[in-house]
Amino acid sequence: MPPISSPGAEARFDATIAAEEKIEPRDWMPEKYRRNLVRQISQHAHSEVVGQLPEGNWITRAPTLRRKATLLAKVQDEAGHGLYLYSAAETLGVSREQMQDDLLSGRAKYASIFNYPSLTWADVGAIGWLVDGAAIVNQISLCRTSYGPYARALVRICKEESFHMRQGFEIMQTLCGGTSEQKAMAQDALDRWWWPTLMMFGPHDAESAHSQQSMQWKIKRQSNDELRQKFVDQSVAQAEHLGLVLPDSDLKWNAARDHYDFGAIDWDEFQRVLNGGGHCNRSRIKARRDADQDGEWVREAMLTYADKQRARAVEDAA
Amino acid sequence: MSARRLPLWEVFIRSRRGLDHKHVGSLHAADPEQAMQAARDTYTRRQEGVSIWIVRAEDIHASQSDDAQAFFDPAEDKVYRHPTFYDVPEDLKL
Ligand SMILES: [Fe+2]
Ligand SMILES: [Fe+2]
Repeated sequence: MPPISSPGAEARFDATIAAEEKIEPRDWMPEKYRRNLVRQISQHAHSEVVGQLPEGNWITRAPTLRRKATLLAKVQDEAGHGLYLYSAAETLGVSREQMQDDLLSGRAKYASIFNYPSLTWADVGAIGWLVDGAAIVNQISLCRTSYGPYARALVRICKEESFHMRQGFEIMQTLCGGTSEQKAMAQDALDRWWWPTLMMFGPHDAESAHSQQSMQWKIKRQSNDELRQKFVDQSVAQAEHLGLVLPDSDLKWNAARDHYDFGAIDWDEFQRVLNGGGHCNRSRIKARRDADQDGEWVREAMLTYADKQRARAVEDAA
Repeated sequence: MSARRLPLWEVFIRSRRGLDHKHVGSLHAADPEQAMQAARDTYTRRQEGVSIWIVRAEDIHASQSDDAQAFFDPAEDKVYRHPTFYDVPEDLKL
């Protein structure tokens, strides 16, 4: 049911946002607010779903049963996060099929970081520590987003995320306490994942296309650069504890800013990977297309089974 | 006495914007409109809500309490789904 437009609807919407109240599905909202949310929430959902692939790659090769159970549980959580978010987007009148089509056809984006390959077991540690760590920083901030269903999905997600980062850090800790080869493996994974993780927060505030409007509508609550800084600041002590070196020679404490300064991000690489030039862009989409096609008969069977059950119930009643 | 009965509706109230609708109770009414009016009069006389959902009770499918063990116990031994399972320093914002 489309929200009903009435005189004063826009003023009421603005007042609700200004009062830090949530917008709910049946409320009137500007079409641009709705579209902006659909784009952000569906991209977020796609990222959760595609994000299963780099780690899923290691489930069968996890080094112990404990690690395997953990990784399986984590990847399972990410599938659930995708579901919560798709459901939140559906309250805005967009269908699941449409969102799925947009992903498979390449019209919709997902977090560019998942186009990097997971080459060694240490990558599973680095992904949990850094990629989930960055996602948590971003998602905690988004719990205060102005759209009710999105905010509620994020609260649930953040609660589940809390073990993802810790299990990754624990893997890194174990590797760093192991042989020199194992520690080198951990450093190598950190070297490859560090910069792409910083890119996860998106372009600098001045260059971010959707950011300003999103901040005004309180869809986003903190800027890309603010969140990125928060992540860098928390990562330094964590790397130190592991005895690993963050791969940035410009990284140093700035007492005047009360933050760490860090080096320039390679935005050309970001654009290149975002636009399809990453190592795994094609295989990620292919995996999703295959999953869609391979699942077709299952969905078909579910519907057919339900039809038969209904027909049988009618027969029994007759 | 009429043989026809008024169907049962379950009532869910959102007490404040941003919160989930929560089940508060049920009532009998002939159609959604009546049920909505009755829900307002019954459950929000003291401004308990800003939004009401009503659902036909027969449309709600519930898990069976007899099956609860088999249904929910598999989660019991999956302690690794909780953050406390991991042995990492507590002072590093992990
Ligand atoms: Fe997630
Ligand atoms: Fe996660």
